[in-house]
Amino acid sequence: MSGPAPARRLLVPLGVLVLLLAAPPFVSSYVLTLLTQSVIYAIVAMSLDLLLGYLGLASLGHAAYMGVGAYSVGILATRHGAGFGTILAVGVVLALALAAVFGLLALRATGVYFLMITLALGMVGWGLAYRWNSLTGGDNGISGVPRPALPLPWSLGEALPFYYFALAGFLLSLGGLWVIVHSPFGKSLVGIRESETRMRTLGYHVWLHKYVGFVIAGGVAGAGGVLWAYYNGFVSPADLELGTSVEVLLMVALGGRGTLLGPALGAGIIVLLKNLVSVYTHRWLLILGAAYIGTIVYAPEGIVGAVRRLAEGPAPAPARPEA
Amino acid sequence: MTRKLTLGLVVALGLAVAVAPPPAWAQQKGPIKIGFIAPMTGGAAQVGKDMVNGLMMYLAEHGNQIAGRKVEVIVEDNQGSPAVALTKLRKLVESDKVQVLAGGLFAHVGYALAPKVDEYKVPMLYPVMAADDLTQRKPTKWVVRTGWTSSQPSHPFGEYAAKTLGYKKVVTIGMDYAFGYEVIGGFQKTFEEHGGQIIQKLWAPIGTTDFAPYLSQIRKDADAVFALMVAVSSLRFPKQYENAGLKARLPLIGGGTTFDEFVLPSLGDEAIGGMSPLIYSAAIDTPINKKFVKDYRAKFGKVPSYYSETCYTAGRWIDEAAKAINGDLENREKFLAALRKVEIPDAPRGPIKLDAYGNPVQNIYIRKVEKKDGELWNTVLKVYPNVTQFWNYKPDAFMKDPVYSRDYPPCKYC
Repeated sequence: MSGPAPARRLLVPLGVLVLLLAAPPFVSSYVLTLLTQSVIYAIVAMSLDLLLGYLGLASLGHAAYMGVGAYSVGILATRHGAGFGTILAVGVVLALALAAVFGLLALRATGVYFLMITLALGMVGWGLAYRWNSLTGGDNGISGVPRPALPLPWSLGEALPFYYFALAGFLLSLGGLWVIVHSPFGKSLVGIRESETRMRTLGYHVWLHKYVGFVIAGGVAGAGGVLWAYYNGFVSPADLELGTSVEVLLMVALGGRGTLLGPALGAGIIVLLKNLVSVYTHRWLLILGAAYIGTIVYAPEGIVGAVRRLAEGPAPAPARPEA
Repeated sequence: MTRKLTLGLVVALGLAVAVAPPPAWAQQKGPIKIGFIAPMTGGAAQVGKDMVNGLMMYLAEHGNQIAGRKVEVIVEDNQGSPAVALTKLRKLVESDKVQVLAGGLFAHVGYALAPKVDEYKVPMLYPVMAADDLTQRKPTKWVVRTGWTSSQPSHPFGEYAAKTLGYKKVVTIGMDYAFGYEVIGGFQKTFEEHGGQIIQKLWAPIGTTDFAPYLSQIRKDADAVFALMVAVSSLRFPKQYENAGLKARLPLIGGGTTFDEFVLPSLGDEAIGGMSPLIYSAAIDTPINKKFVKDYRAKFGKVPSYYSETCYTAGRWIDEAAKAINGDLENREKFLAALRKVEIPDAPRGPIKLDAYGNPVQNIYIRKVEKKDGELWNTVLKVYPNVTQFWNYKPDAFMKDPVYSRDYPPCKYC
C-alpha cells in the first residue's frame, strides 16, 4: 500500500456511500426493500468477515447469532412490548453470550474441523428455535413484530425511514469493525491468521485473541439479526437454517474476505441477484451458481480483492490462510 | 344445410355482439394483475407447479379474462422460505401493483405473510396454507382462506375411525411440526370423544426418509396406525410400513397428504387400502370433477392433486367476486367484501362457502386407496357434507382451547 493508494482507494467506497445516502428517495419501493435487506445482510457478512477474513476461520454457524438477535426482537417486542433500546441491548448481549459459549467449543479446532463444529452448533440454534415451542412458537414462528417506535420525526413503519435506520446501523457496524481491524488487536488477528506459531513465540495469547474475535463477530451478527427481524416483522426457524449461514459465507467470499467493504458489497450483489434475476427466470439458481464459480476461478480473493489487485498492480503474493 | 348453419351462426354471433356490447368499465381499466406466490425451486417445487397449473388452467378456460378484463398472472418463487415470500410480496404489491394476491405453501409462510397483507390492504387468497389459527385465534382481515384448516378433515375422520371402522387403540406417527400437530390433534380429539384411545404418539422430523427406528417402536396392542406424512416422507413411508411386516397386521390410516394424488403415481401396491380424509379426491364421482380431471390430465399429463384443485378454485373465486362487483377490483374494500361473499355450489371438490370466521365450509371425503385400471385412486368411501373448521363444536368454546400442538391434546392413554 504505497503512495497515493489510500486516497484513491477511498474514492469508490465514498462514491457508493453517497449513492446509498442520496439515491433511495428516487428508486422504486421494491428496489428500496432490496437495498434495506442488503445493508442488513451486509452487517452480518462483515461480522463474519472478522472471522473468515481476519482470522482465517470459516464458520458455517453464523445464522445462529443472527437468529438470537432476531428472536430477541420477536419475543420481547410482541409479548413484552419492549422498546428498541432494550431489545437491541438484549439481542446483542445474548448473541455475545451465545458466541462466548460456542467459541469455547469451536475454537478447539481449525480448518475443516472448525467448519464442522460451527455447522453443528448452528444447527443446534436452528433446532432450539424449531422445537422450543413455548418460547419461539416453533415452526410457525413469531409474526406481527411492530417496527421500533423511536422519538424521530419519521415513522420507521415507512420504508424510506427504515432504510436510513438500517443504513445507520450498517455504518455504525462498519465503523466499529473498521476500528477493530485497524487496531493493534486487529493486526494481531491477521498475524494469527498468517502464522499462529510465530505469534505465539512473540508472546501473544493466541487463543484469547481468537476467542475475543469470535465473540465480537457473534455480537455484531446479533445486531444484524435485530434489524432483520424488525425489517421482516417476522421471525421463524427458517432464519437460522444452514442455508442462511452458507449464504452469508458466500457473500464474504464473493465480495472479498479481509476487506470489510467487500463482504458488504457481496451482500448487496447476492440480495439483488437473488431477487431481480428470479423475476426473469426460474433458473436463477444456475446464474447464481455461475457467479460463485466464476468468482472462485477468476477472483479467488473476491471482487474487492480483484479490483485492488488490478488497481495496484501485481503485489507480492501474500500467504493465504488455508481455511 | 351447411350454409344454413353457417348463416345461423353468423346471425347469432351478430346478435350477441349487438345485444351485449362489452361494458364500458371493461374498456377503461387495465388488466387485472394476480400476484401468485409459490415455491418454484427447492424441495417443494413440484407442489408449486401443481398450484400454478391449477390457477393457469382456470384462467385459460376463461380466455384469460375475468369480469371482462384481461388477466395477468405474475408468479413469484418464494423458494419455500417465509423471508423470501415477504420480499416477493413487497415486490408484487409495490412494484407490480397487483390487485389481488394468492398462493403460498407451509404454515409459517402463511403466518409471515398475514400481517404484511393486512398492512398493504390487498386481498390475498390462501388456497393451500392450512394453519388452523389463521382463521381461528389469529384471524386476519385481508386474508381470504379458500382452502382448509389442517384439522378440518381430521375431525370427522376421528369419528369415522371410532364408529365405522371400530378402532379402539390407535398409534399416531406424524411429521414434527405445526401441520402435523394440527392434523393429528384434530383426529385425537374426536376419536377419543367417541371412545377411542390414542396409545402412542411418535414424531419424526420433516424430511425423514428412514422410518425403521419409529416403526420398531409401534406398540403391539394397537388396532391401527395413523400416519401424517408430507412430501418426500409420503413417498417412502408406505413401502417401509409394508416391509416392516406391519401392513398385514395393522391397517394404515392417515392425514390427507399421506395419500394425496400428488404422491399416488409414485407409490406401488403398498399404498392400497390406505384410508385418509381430505377436502378433495380426484376420484370424486361428479360430472364437474370428472371433466376437471380429464381436462387437467390432457393439459399437464397427470391427475390433479388437491393443490391443483384448490388453486383452480381460487381462480374461480377471484372471478366470481370480480363479477359480483362488475370488475371494480380497484375498490379494495368492496372487492374484499365480495370475496368473502363468494359461494361456489359446483367446484370440482363440491360446494364451498365461507363461515363467519373466513374458513370454507365444505365436504370432507373419507378416501381409500384402490387400484383401478392399473392406477391408484382415492376412492371415496363416505362424504361428510358441509363440514366447518369447528366440526360440531361451538366456535367460542372450541377457540378457548389452545391450538393443537405437540402436547395438546395430551396423550392420556400413552
